[in-house]
Amino acid sequence: MTLVFVETDETGAVQLTSAEAVTFARIHAATLTSLLPDGGAATSREVSGTPSGSPEGVVVGPLSDAAVDELGRLGVSVIHHLQHPDLEEYSAAAWAQAIVDIAPESGTLLASGTPRGMELMAHVAVRTGERMAANVIAVDEEGLLRQVYGGTAFERLRLDGDLQVLTVAGHACSPEETAPTTPQIYDYELEVTEEDLRTRATRTEAEAADDTSGLTQARAVVGAGRGVGSENGFVEVLELVDHLDGALGVSRVVTGLGWRPHAEQVGQTGSRISPDVYIACGISGAIQHMAGIEGAKTLIAINTDEEATMVQRADYAIIGDLHEVVGAVNEEIRNRRG
Amino acid sequence: MNILVCIKRIPDIAGQVTLDGAETGIDESGLGHTMSSHEECAVELAIQTAAATGGKVTVLTLGPAEAVEQLRAAAAVGANDGILIETADPDAFGPEDIAQVIADVVRDRAEQGQEFDLVLLGNDAADTGDFQVPIRLAYELEYPVLTSIQTLSPTDGSAASGGIEARGIGPAGAELFSVDLPAVIAVQEGGVDPRYPSITGRMKAKKAPIAEYDAPDPGAGNPRMRLELPPEKTSAVTILGEGPDAAPALVDVLEEIGVLR
Repeated sequence: MTLVFVETDETGAVQLTSAEAVTFARIHAATLTSLLPDGGAATSREVSGTPSGSPEGVVVGPLSDAAVDELGRLGVSVIHHLQHPDLEEYSAAAWAQAIVDIAPESGTLLASGTPRGMELMAHVAVRTGERMAANVIAVDEEGLLRQVYGGTAFERLRLDGDLQVLTVAGHACSPEETAPTTPQIYDYELEVTEEDLRTRATRTEAEAADDTSGLTQARAVVGAGRGVGSENGFVEVLELVDHLDGALGVSRVVTGLGWRPHAEQVGQTGSRISPDVYIACGISGAIQHMAGIEGAKTLIAINTDEEATMVQRADYAIIGDLHEVVGAVNEEIRNRRG
Repeated sequence: MNILVCIKRIPDIAGQVTLDGAETGIDESGLGHTMSSHEECAVELAIQTAAATGGKVTVLTLGPAEAVEQLRAAAAVGANDGILIETADPDAFGPEDIAQVIADVVRDRAEQGQEFDLVLLGNDAADTGDFQVPIRLAYELEYPVLTSIQTLSPTDGSAASGGIEARGIGPAGAELFSVDLPAVIAVQEGGVDPRYPSITGRMKAKKAPIAEYDAPDPGAGNPRMRLELPPEKTSAVTILGEGPDAAPALVDVLEEIGVLR
C-alpha cells in the first residue's frame, strides 16, 4: 500500500506540492512496491474494490469537499481523515503518531518535501524504526534517487525496511489527473498523549502567511540578485512585478545584505517556486538559487554576462544592465496598454 | 543556559560538482569549506541566547581533522569551546549514526556534570539534506524537538531547567512554540543575521579549547549506494537582444505566455 500525507491550506484545498506527491505515488506505485522486501508480497490491508496501485491519502484536520474531489481526480482511492480537538494546533509528534497508527506494516509512506512533510516523515521513521529518504526525485527497480548538494547531485539508495518512508522533492513531477474515483473516507478520532502534545504550537499568526504564499503561488515571479546594486535598486523590478500581478523573489545575496526580507528568498534555504514564468534579473545562477526555480515553466534571464549560468539555463535572455532593460520593458508594457 | 550547537563541515559549492573516483562522494579538491547557512544562524542564536541567560556555547562536529576549522570559525564569533568527533570518512555515517554519536556526547557530558539545556542544529545539512538528524537525536535523548525555528526567547517554563519560546515559519504563517528544557531545536535561516568575526574574536578562537575524540564505528551506516550527476543540460537559450532595445521582444514573450495583467 502506498500512503501519502496530504497537506491542505487554510481554505481546505490540497497544496500543490501534495498533489505532486500523490501523482508521484500513483505513477510509481508498482516500482515502489517492488523495492520492498520480498517485492511487497506482504503488503497488507489493500482495500477491496479499489484500483490496484491507487494511493491512499491521509489528511489531518479539516477536510473540505473540494479537497476530496481533487484527491479523487488525482486517483486517490481512500482518504484517512484524522481529527482530534487537541490536534488543531500543530504538534509534529501527535500528528506523526496519528499517521503511524494508520500506516501499513509493509508499504510506502510519503509526503511532499515541505518543511512539514520532512518533519512528519522523520518523526514517523523514528517511531516505526525505519530509515527515511528526503527529497526523492525518481524511483526505478534499482532504488530511489534523491537530491543532494542542493540538487547538483543525486544520491542513489535503498531503504531496506518494511515501510519505506520518504519525501518527494518539490516539482519532481507535475500533478496529473486520472480516471476520477470517489474516494472512500475513513474518519478517525485520535487518541493523543500529553507527551506528544508537549511541543504543540501555542499560537499561529496567519497574517504573516502572505509573506511566502504570494511567492509560491504566483504565476509570474521576478527575481532580483546582486546585480540590483543596492537596497534602493528595486524600483524597476517592483514595477514589473506589478505589471505581472506577480511576486518578487530574491537571491540569498540580497537577503544576506539585508536589502530584502528572508521571506522573499528563493532557493535551497528559501522558497521553492514553480511559476509559469521566472524573470531572473541580475542573478548569476548559484546552485543554491537554481534549486529553488527548477519548477519554473519558462525561464527568462536579464544579465550583463552572457556566460552566466542563469543565461545558459534560460529559455530567453537579454544581455544588458537590468535597470535599463527592466525600465524599458516597463515602458513598453505601459505603451502597449496605451 | 548552556547550549550545544551541532555543525557540519561541507564543501563550499556554487556551481556544478564532479564526483570522486569511487562515485560515492563529490570531488572536493579545490573547493573551500564552510558550514551550512542554517547552522550559521543556529550558532548566532546560541550566542545571543547564552549571552542573555549567562550561559556557555559549545560547538560540536563529526568530521575529518580539518573540521576543526569550522569549530574555530564558530569560536571566532563567540562560541566558548568545541568538540571534534574525528572520522576520516564522514560519509560512512548515516543520519541514525550521527544522532547516536551526538546523543552519546550529550549523555557523557551530563555524567560529568556539564549538562546542555538546549541542543541546536540546522534544519538540514546543505550537502546531504537528510532532514532528520535533529529529530532522531531528540528521540534518542527523549527531549522534545522543534524544527524550522528562526528565533528564540528564554522563558521560565514549567521545568526546573526553564523553558524557551521558539518562533518558526509554518505553512500558514508564523508559529510559536513553548517548550520546557532540555530540548532539541532545528534552526532555519532567516530569523537572525550571523555576525562576522572580529580580529579579537579570531585571536580568541585560536585558543578556544577543542576536545577531540575518535568517532565510533558507524552502526546503521549510510544507505547511499552511489552518487550520480544530473544529465548535462545543453543550453537552449534564445537571446532576445542586447540592452533596452530588446524590451519589445521580451514583452512579446510575456504576452504569449499570458502573464501580463
